[in-house]
Amino acid sequence: MTGREYRSGVSRGLPVGMGYFSVSFGFGAMAVSQGLNALDAALISLTNMTSAGQFAGLTVIVAAASLWEMVLTQLIINSRYALMSLALSQRMGQRIGILPRLLIAFFNTDEIFALAMSRREPLTLPYMLGLGTLPILGWTGGTLCGGLAGSVLPVSIRSALGVMLYGMFIAIVVPPARQERPVLAAVVLALVLSSLFAWVPALKTVSAGIAIVICTVAAAAVCAALFPVADEEDGI
Amino acid sequence: MNLYLYIAAMALTTYLIRVLPLTVFRRPIRSRFLRSFLHYVPYACLSAMTFPAILTSTESVLSGAAALAVAVVLAYRGKSLIVVALSSSAAVLVCQCAAHLLG
Repeated sequence: MTGREYRSGVSRGLPVGMGYFSVSFGFGAMAVSQGLNALDAALISLTNMTSAGQFAGLTVIVAAASLWEMVLTQLIINSRYALMSLALSQRMGQRIGILPRLLIAFFNTDEIFALAMSRREPLTLPYMLGLGTLPILGWTGGTLCGGLAGSVLPVSIRSALGVMLYGMFIAIVVPPARQERPVLAAVVLALVLSSLFAWVPALKTVSAGIAIVICTVAAAAVCAALFPVADEEDGI
Repeated sequence: MNLYLYIAAMALTTYLIRVLPLTVFRRPIRSRFLRSFLHYVPYACLSAMTFPAILTSTESVLSGAAALAVAVVLAYRGKSLIVVALSSSAAVLVCQCAAHLLG
């Protein structure tokens, strides 16, 4: 029974694991092009399991900013996980105790969360562990491979690989922005603000991590005030 | 500063955000504003991180702009994540080859 639950989770997690491998390949290539080595890049992926947060973290590391800036950046950018963990917590109910929850929390990413919530049968610990296995391997392994590829390839190809990550961010943002006006508003507002931080001389001195935090908080707060989401919806 | 301190701070913060609502604070969020705010955060931060940084991430602004344009057009047409990413990467390679050939 336990084995079957675990295997069922693994097979559901397979497509996510493959997707993670390709996305994190871009992260590994970018991290190496910014001066990290492939193993350290893989360590970041293994311990963090989050794309946007890791990218922002890389920005903070490269800028040699303070640890507080790192904590603040992660708190803001990864805040949405609190919502997912809350929802997952209620879905798991009393069947899964505190200790296993400490483990499950580690890999509660957008995609694993979506898979867990869409399951019809009750969630069990072996199923959750199975769900996490391939995504964790894919995310870490992809980063390592991207980092190694980035280390041996010439600079021009390396910068082309590094762009993959931006391409993926664009692929995540554009479709919902096309369909939902409020999302489009959030995107445009964030773009305008981040352009100001990049190009206005007085604002250029603001460090990269703080600039991302300000752009994110301002754009999300304005849109939350103007276009509140429906009551039943629990965010991403 | 030590790289591993950064990684530890980053991993610990991210873990706490995920683990506390699963173990300690388990009541649903009542504030509609807060739920809406969290809904818009990913779009806002991904956009802010991508632009204008993508323009200066390659050897020339031109190749960065090409990557941006290709990705936006393909994503708008609903192409998959990996197709969009690889195509924007290919756009950079094409621009760089052209730049080298033209001297």
